[in-house]
Amino acid sequence: MPTSELRSPLPGTFYRKPAPDQPNFKEVGDSVAKGDVIGLVEVMKSFHEIASTFDGKIMSFAADNEDPVMAGQVLAEIET
Amino acid sequence: MTIEKLFIANRGEIAVRIIRAARDMGIKTVQAYSAADADSLAVKLADESVDIGPPAASKSYLCADAILAAARSCGADAIHPGYGFLAENADFADAVEAAGMVFVGPTGDTIRTMGNKAAARLAAQRSGVPTVPGSDGVITDLSVARESAEQIGFPVMIKASAGGGGRGIRIADSGEAFEGLAAQAATEAQAAFGDGSLYLEKMITRARHIEVQILGDGVNAVHCFERECSLQRRRQKVWEEAPSSALDSDTRQMLCDSAVKLAKSVGYRGAGTIEYLYDDATGHFYFIEMNTRIQVEHPLTEWITGVDLVSEMIRIAGGQALSFSQGDIAIRGHAIEVRINAEDPANGFMPFPGKVSDLRVPGGPGVRFDHMLYSGYQIPPFYDSMLGKLIVWSHTRPLAMARLKGALSELDIGGVQTTAGLFEALLDDRDVQSGSVHTNWLEPWLEANASSLKAS
Repeated sequence: MPTSELRSPLPGTFYRKPAPDQPNFKEVGDSVAKGDVIGLVEVMKSFHEIASTFDGKIMSFAADNEDPVMAGQVLAEIET
Repeated sequence: MTIEKLFIANRGEIAVRIIRAARDMGIKTVQAYSAADADSLAVKLADESVDIGPPAASKSYLCADAILAAARSCGADAIHPGYGFLAENADFADAVEAAGMVFVGPTGDTIRTMGNKAAARLAAQRSGVPTVPGSDGVITDLSVARESAEQIGFPVMIKASAGGGGRGIRIADSGEAFEGLAAQAATEAQAAFGDGSLYLEKMITRARHIEVQILGDGVNAVHCFERECSLQRRRQKVWEEAPSSALDSDTRQMLCDSAVKLAKSVGYRGAGTIEYLYDDATGHFYFIEMNTRIQVEHPLTEWITGVDLVSEMIRIAGGQALSFSQGDIAIRGHAIEVRINAEDPANGFMPFPGKVSDLRVPGGPGVRFDHMLYSGYQIPPFYDSMLGKLIVWSHTRPLAMARLKGALSELDIGGVQTTAGLFEALLDDRDVQSGSVHTNWLEPWLEANASSLKAS
C-alpha cells in the first residue's frame, strides 16, 4: 500500500483536538476522506484547520498534540 | 527595598521597553525566553537571559513555576510581568511575593478584586463611578420592568439571565415596543435555557472606548489623562490616540477624577488603566473594566505628559512614593499610535510569521517606534502577531496625522506582510480625519474597503 504524507501548510503549534477537553479529531487506524479535519495549527493566536488531502487510513502521527511545527513538516502518514 | 536585578517574564516589544527603563535606572536585567525566543531582540539587549521552556506559552511564559525557579536561580529581586501572560494573574503576584521577590504591579488581592467583572463593577459603584445603567438584578414583572426600562432610557437591551453568546437578546426602542419584546424574550429564554428571567442594560449605539491611565503608590494616586482606542477589529485595538478629541475639558476632568477615586478606593499600587465607554450622544461615560498592568498603548501617555510610566511603576514597586503630584501633570500636544502586526490586511489579516529580510525604521522629531525587530530576525509563529508600535507626537491632531503619514512611508519591514498599509488607507478616510469614529466603525469600513486594501 502506498503511503502519503500530510504536511502542515503553516508554522505554529499543532493540536490533535478541537479543544483541550475534547477527544482527538482522528486516531491512528481511522479512515479519512479528503477534507476531513485531522488537527489544528495555531499560528499567532489564530487557529487553522488541517484537512486531509487524501482518502485513506491514518498510519501514524508524526507530530504530537501541542508540538511546535514548521511549515512543510509532516503531521501524519496516510495509507492511500 | 531597592530593586537591583529585574527579571522580565515577558517577550517581544514590551520586554525591550522594560529593559530600556531598567537600564536608565541602573537596574540589571534578566530576560526570560522560550526555546522559540532564544534569538529575540530582548535576549540580545538584556544583561542576562534564562531559558524557561519550550515554545508553547503554556509551557514557558505562562508557567509560573518555571518563571519563579528561573528568577530565583539568577538572584533577581523583582519580576516585571509586562502585559498579557501572567500580568493579571493574582496567584502569580502572590507567589512572587511569597518567594521573597517584588512583583512589579499591584497586590494579588487588588488584581483579584479588579479582575472580576462583578466585583470591579461593585467597587466602581461604591466609589461613585458610573457603570453602564441596567436593572438591579433580574426582572420578573413586565410592568415593573417597563418602568425600569423607562428610567434607564431607550434603547434598552433585554437579555436572558441564563443566556450567552448573544442569544435571547432583544433591543427595545420605546416603552410601547418594550412589553411585547420582553414577553417574547422571556418565552424564548424559557424555551432555550429553561429559565425565563431577564435583565436590562442600556444600549449605547455609538460608543467610544476611552481609558484613563492612573498611577498609584498604595497611598496616593494620580491620573495621566486619557487615551481613546475606538478603532478596533475583533475587539482588538489597532489605532489609539491621546488625548481623546471627543471630550470637552469638563467631561475630561470628571472622567479622570472618577478614575483616581476608584484607584484610591482600592489603595492601588503601580500603573493601571480604567476603561470606559463614552456615549457621544449624551456625553456620559460608563466604567467597563480595569486593567491592572502596563498597557500596549502606554507610550501615547508618555508622549503627551512626559511621564515615563514603566520607570515609574518600577520605582513604585521598589517601595518609593509617587515622584510627582497631580498638579505636575499636564497635556501637551497630541499623540497617535498604530499597531504594526505581522498580518496581511489584504488577505483577511492572515498571520504572516516571516523572516525580516531588511529593516528601515522611521525617525525624526516626534517619532517613536517600539518594536522587537532586527534585520535577519525570524518571527516565531507561536505568539501574538504584534511586531511593534509606531507612535507619533505633534502639537495638534492634524499635525500628528501628517507626521504619522511620513513615518509610515519611512517604515520598511522587508519580507513580511504587515498592517502598515492599513493605516495609510485609514489616514485618507474622512471619518478618521475628523475623529468621527466609534467602536463599531472599523469592521464595516474594512468590509467596504477590502478591495482597496488588496490593491495596495
